[in-house]
Amino acid sequence: MTNRTVLVLLDPATEVRSSVLELFTVARGLGTVEAVALEAPTVEVLAQLGAYGVETVRQAEFSAAGGGVVKGDERHLPALVAAALTAAVRRADADVVLLPSSFAAKEAAALTAHALGAGLIIDAAGVAEGADGRVVGSKRVFAGSWDTACAVTTPVAVLTMRANAVVPVPADAPVNTETEPLAVDVPESAVTLTSREVKPRVGDRPPLEEAAIVVAGGRGTDGDFAPVVELADALGAAVGASRDAVFEGWWDTYVGQTGVTVAPRVYIGAGISGAPHHRGGMQASQHIVAVNSDPEAPIFEICDFAVIGELADVLPQAAEEIRRHKG
Amino acid sequence: MRIVVTVKYVPDINTDRGFEDRRVRRTPDEGTLNELDENAVEAALQLVKAAGEGEVIALTVAPPDGDPALRKAFQLGVDRGIRVSDDALAGADYFGTAAALAAAVRKLEEDGPVDLVVTGMAALDGLGSVIPTLLAAELGRPALTLAKKVTVADGVLAVVREHDDVTEELSAPLPAVLSVTDTANTPRLPNFKLIMAARSKKAEEWTGSDIGLAAPAARTETLSAGPRPERPEVQLVTDKGEGGKALAAYLIENDLV
Repeated sequence: MTNRTVLVLLDPATEVRSSVLELFTVARGLGTVEAVALEAPTVEVLAQLGAYGVETVRQAEFSAAGGGVVKGDERHLPALVAAALTAAVRRADADVVLLPSSFAAKEAAALTAHALGAGLIIDAAGVAEGADGRVVGSKRVFAGSWDTACAVTTPVAVLTMRANAVVPVPADAPVNTETEPLAVDVPESAVTLTSREVKPRVGDRPPLEEAAIVVAGGRGTDGDFAPVVELADALGAAVGASRDAVFEGWWDTYVGQTGVTVAPRVYIGAGISGAPHHRGGMQASQHIVAVNSDPEAPIFEICDFAVIGELADVLPQAAEEIRRHKG
Repeated sequence: MRIVVTVKYVPDINTDRGFEDRRVRRTPDEGTLNELDENAVEAALQLVKAAGEGEVIALTVAPPDGDPALRKAFQLGVDRGIRVSDDALAGADYFGTAAALAAAVRKLEEDGPVDLVVTGMAALDGLGSVIPTLLAAELGRPALTLAKKVTVADGVLAVVREHDDVTEELSAPLPAVLSVTDTANTPRLPNFKLIMAARSKKAEEWTGSDIGLAAPAARTETLSAGPRPERPEVQLVTDKGEGGKALAAYLIENDLV
């Protein structure tokens, strides 16, 4: 059955993040792909949507008919994202809604499913059609130690998907993406947004939650992240940290089950002991590598490859080798 | 100020967690109060103290056997503990759990308004993070989630919210639903006095019919749950001057660069 209509949340619409390209890739396997945007997509974004086989992008136009008014950045609040997705499902008669697994998108997914009486799967690592035609989401749980599969038993399925679940692949033949306005009645809301700031990206470094390679530093860095950053930049990797290192003020974003959960192709932990909290945020990574001066570090138990040694020696040497290999 | 804190009994993340009959295996010995709920309890206790009067009520949906969650909540200093247990709630999905919590809050409102419901940012077993949002939707109240800073003044709840790569300042009038992150505060440790006081506190047992709950049918069905194969033995290299080269070689040989 491939006559499903699958909606993918495109927020923001000024760039297409790799996690969203992954969603398009998964969505094409399920049916006709449409995107839902909260603002006008740029020309570059439209070209990318076409390359990934997105037939239609439904652009929300918020109206005050529902009693509420949208000001500024409020369109990114979960209640309004959910109002747009709900309206789009009804308008497109869609069967599946896919969102990334950010905290904000999880909330929007929950509210969309609540409004539609739809089944909800959070943090799916895969989405497929079951033998009986139902949508089945697979998940990797308990710090990557168990796999589960859940079928959605309602006509509409809402799922959030973990980044790096699939490799993004453009469609065999590009399509011409149509933009259609989507009328969204804004629900009355008691929530006031006073300010909203998006953390700027640093240089060419990929965002932690989407990167294919992650290098993370912990207490063993003693606050010196230079070797961690050097190796990350040689690999084109994102830089993360342990929760301890962030609490010390050495880095700003931590990998862990309450921080950023990552499942990259390669995770490299530098000076990280591997406390349960941290493991919960990275144990689903495909290849796990560690460097630690402590031969008893618990992280070695879950590694594929590890070096016992000083970060200041091992990381720069590895970075130099990688740069030489890349030429 | 009357505050309800939702708490959950989860398998300790330091134990060997798993599934049984496609449901999370829960054994009281290896169970604990979800660590992230301690931040919610702490936030509630601090808000009541700041208000000068009020009560903190811990609320959980759990089977009747074994109860590390409410016991720990009592030791942290909550005034009342309520457990909703019902066979109809076994295997409930997000919506069933949220409906049960909402029905219990409405039941509590028969004796007086509940100004605020506080939750943790996630439960460490499922990590879905959607219950606060769904509970607020069920109650028809505003949700301010993932707060790392919380203030209440003149009946208005204001938070600084940090999620993904975004920082927001939001506010909403009470009554509302609030979730706090693990950086919002440092939970207190139970001291001798609190532990002794907790012994005399008894969890109140409510059933689905006590709270007028018609548990909605689950919208998802778990088809399978199985342990993943163990990782192969780690390749361990001790650095004697070539450790970095060995690391690079591992990445290059596995086509990861």
